[in-house]
Amino acid sequence: MSRWLPKVYLALVYGLLYLPILVLVVFSFNRSRTGYSWDGLSLHWYQSLFNNHAMVQAMWNSLWLALAAATVSTLIGALTALALHRYRFRGKRVLNGMLFVVMMSPEIVLAISLLALFLLVGLQLGFVSLLLAHVTFCLPFVVITVMARLSGFDERLPEAARDLGASEFTMTRTVLIPVIAPALLAGWLLGFTLSLDDVVVSTFVSGPSYEILPLRIYSMVRVGLKPEVNALGTLLLVCSLMMLMLSQWILTRSKR
Amino acid sequence: MQQTLLSLRNVSKQFDGKTVLDALDLDIRDGEFLTLLGPSGCGKTTLLRLLGGFEHPDSGTLTLSGQDITDLPPEQRPLNTVFQQYALFPHMTVFDNVAYGLKMEKRPRDEIRQRVTEALALVQLEDFAGRKPHQLSGGQQQRVAIARAVVKRPKLLLLDEPLSALDYKLRRTMQIELKRLQRELGITFVFVTHDQEEALSMSDRVVVLKDGRVQHLGTPREIYERPANLFTARFVGETNFFPGRLTEVTDTSITVAIFGLSRTLRRPTFPVTVGQEVHVLLRPEDIRVLEPSDDHGFVGHVIERNYKGSTLDSLIRLENGLEILASEFFDEDDPTFDYRLGEPVRVSWVDGWEWLLPEERDEAEVLNDDINAEAPASDA
Amino acid sequence: MHNSHRQPFRTAVLVLVWGWLLVLVLAPNLLVVGTSVLTRDPLSFLSLPLTLENYARLIDPLYLEVFLHSLYMAAVTTVCCLVIGYPFAWALSRLSKRQQTLLIFLLIVPFWTNSLVRTYALKLLLATNGLINNGLLAIGLIDEPLTLLYTELAVIIGLVYLLLPFMILPLYSVFEDLRDELLLASHDLGAGRWPTFIHVVVPLTLPGVLAGVLLVLLPAMGLFFVADILGGSRNLLVGNVIKSQFLDARDWPFGAAASVLLTAAMALLLFAHRLSRRRLGEEAEV
Repeated sequence: MSRWLPKVYLALVYGLLYLPILVLVVFSFNRSRTGYSWDGLSLHWYQSLFNNHAMVQAMWNSLWLALAAATVSTLIGALTALALHRYRFRGKRVLNGMLFVVMMSPEIVLAISLLALFLLVGLQLGFVSLLLAHVTFCLPFVVITVMARLSGFDERLPEAARDLGASEFTMTRTVLIPVIAPALLAGWLLGFTLSLDDVVVSTFVSGPSYEILPLRIYSMVRVGLKPEVNALGTLLLVCSLMMLMLSQWILTRSKR
Repeated sequence: MQQTLLSLRNVSKQFDGKTVLDALDLDIRDGEFLTLLGPSGCGKTTLLRLLGGFEHPDSGTLTLSGQDITDLPPEQRPLNTVFQQYALFPHMTVFDNVAYGLKMEKRPRDEIRQRVTEALALVQLEDFAGRKPHQLSGGQQQRVAIARAVVKRPKLLLLDEPLSALDYKLRRTMQIELKRLQRELGITFVFVTHDQEEALSMSDRVVVLKDGRVQHLGTPREIYERPANLFTARFVGETNFFPGRLTEVTDTSITVAIFGLSRTLRRPTFPVTVGQEVHVLLRPEDIRVLEPSDDHGFVGHVIERNYKGSTLDSLIRLENGLEILASEFFDEDDPTFDYRLGEPVRVSWVDGWEWLLPEERDEAEVLNDDINAEAPASDA
Repeated sequence: MHNSHRQPFRTAVLVLVWGWLLVLVLAPNLLVVGTSVLTRDPLSFLSLPLTLENYARLIDPLYLEVFLHSLYMAAVTTVCCLVIGYPFAWALSRLSKRQQTLLIFLLIVPFWTNSLVRTYALKLLLATNGLINNGLLAIGLIDEPLTLLYTELAVIIGLVYLLLPFMILPLYSVFEDLRDELLLASHDLGAGRWPTFIHVVVPLTLPGVLAGVLLVLLPAMGLFFVADILGGSRNLLVGNVIKSQFLDARDWPFGAAASVLLTAAMALLLFAHRLSRRRLGEEAEV
């Protein structure tokens, strides 16, 4: 194999991956109404996006949901990772397996099972049902992120703290949480993005009382082309790019 | 000095149905340097973790200065541990690591500062207080771990193979350092190791463990020179085993037939009867290699010779196939002293240097395998 | 370990975690399995007579055709991802560590970007008067626009586009573990390039391939919005069927049966993945 062939191949695939995104960004600044031809630079679609009240409301709703889902899943996920890392208990393999299955199962399977549950217990579909669902699918990702961090550290650290006089709770506060802090942040950011991006599960468990952004986008793009979506997509892209860079920066900075 | 500090009574522990500690009794004396020695899986680490409070015994009790501590969690036990991989908190400086235990005791800030500084001085790390653990060498991390444990002035310090991660020279230095610390602080040390040389050179007493049972508890000299059983004899140092059968027993002596030769030896302390099978144990340095023309000793020939600096180790195969290891000091009068491979010799020992143990049925086969496996092949 | 009554913190954590998983994972899935053997009822969604009829209807020609077509598209998607991803992951793993970090970062940026928006961006490219057609017309390669949007091809392109990173990442991780010395050893022992590939590279990367297949094949049957946006009415996925049974037709038992089918497929793939890892002496855990 020659030296440059693999690099050309890599470049080609990256080009194809980024082409649609690039087109989207460029067209978000297009004055044209049709969205296919270039009519000159304009911020028109950004304006119309922010003048759309329903859209802005959906953005806020999504933001709150993502904040809440990321926070709750990080909390529970971190505790789960700690329990898996630290304790010997009956059914540990089953717990592990369940998390693995949640991560691997097609979203639609999770979606309908949660819908069935919510209707059975009579839970009004809205913020709470969305939150429960989003936390559930974010959970395994947080657990994995935190577990990866924990496994890199001496497993005797907690015992050392106990040995020096810390109770289980104090040890968690003064040793474990500071040690896994970067992973917590990375897990939180991942959860935030997953929640903001989710279409499949939200389609099933959201109600008319709480419209969120992905569903709003979904209803817009099912038919025809809506240039506002270009602008919105560009904003979301910038947003997730910044968050991803932040989480990478935190993780590499604390590698030692 | 001879007072009992901590005693274990009838302590058992199982993991997944496998017995790790089997009805163990042990008294740890105040101020002593006690070493737990044994092969991996013998239960020594589990025993240490039980003392530290990281494991709970299935049955039995632990008593510290008259107080039952069996159910106390680690943070309430007046003893501290130096962990194998040090377990230093990576997000804290050296100072904060050492101060951690005192902060848990809610000591005043001035006292903490003073005691941490003292502890760091004790391990010669005063200048490193502001560093993070990953900026230290292995030996320095080791010292921080020790300072962190002793700053709380525990009654008992537990050390879990603390030197195993260090290279040979550093290990020697730290061994001396640890002895000095123990003397200066007057703290009881319970030290876990699988390195028998380390155990013999550092300890006041050694506990030899196997399969969760105490095989021998005694001073290093007792363990080496008068092992309580075949396992201890085999595990600690090199040993030659001559199988013998008693042909005569008197009040003070016994006569043993070994490979057709007969020797009269001092009567051992265990009960003996005529016809009984025994092992005559001899350390390699107690073996005498004689000229083939000598009139006593077993006939054999040299099959390996290893130059060891101050000694010459020779492996000698006797006529019946048994291989004997002899370790002889160089004779100042004869600087060229050496053997040729295949050279015929005789093997004997000075009366009274031998140690006798009764035959142990289940031990016998393992033993023979082991002797053959231990043929020195290290002269690479 | 101490008994749990001495560690309230530990008990609290375990109760919380187990509670969450039992209520929001195990119970709902059991509900779905239960639903799949009940009978549809126009008033209360479900009624009692237990039946396997819902499963029988899965092989009704009407639905079977949709399922097989979905499976076919998912299989083509998976093969495309593998064909693109395998050399990609290999090439990536041979670069310097710095370059690898950067390129992996670039690979997961799209993953962190809204998938609906990305699917929509494909629409911009594939439409009749979209960029691809305009470009091809402009350089004179075609005379009239190609029909790209609302075709099977569009759905497959969409799925490959969304799922490619999920194939590449597990492949990359097995290639990263593939030591250069192993290849050198193979050459040293007289194996040429092709035998080395067959006897060394393929077996060692097989767990990565299976993990990738697992992460691509099943979602490729479930991502209903891709078919909705790019496929039109004739290129439905299993996900579209389940969705319409639950949200539009209100035939829950049938939708549940289809979902159990997907779960069974997942179990099968997980099992294969576990076997392949075990053959390499690794424990297949999370």
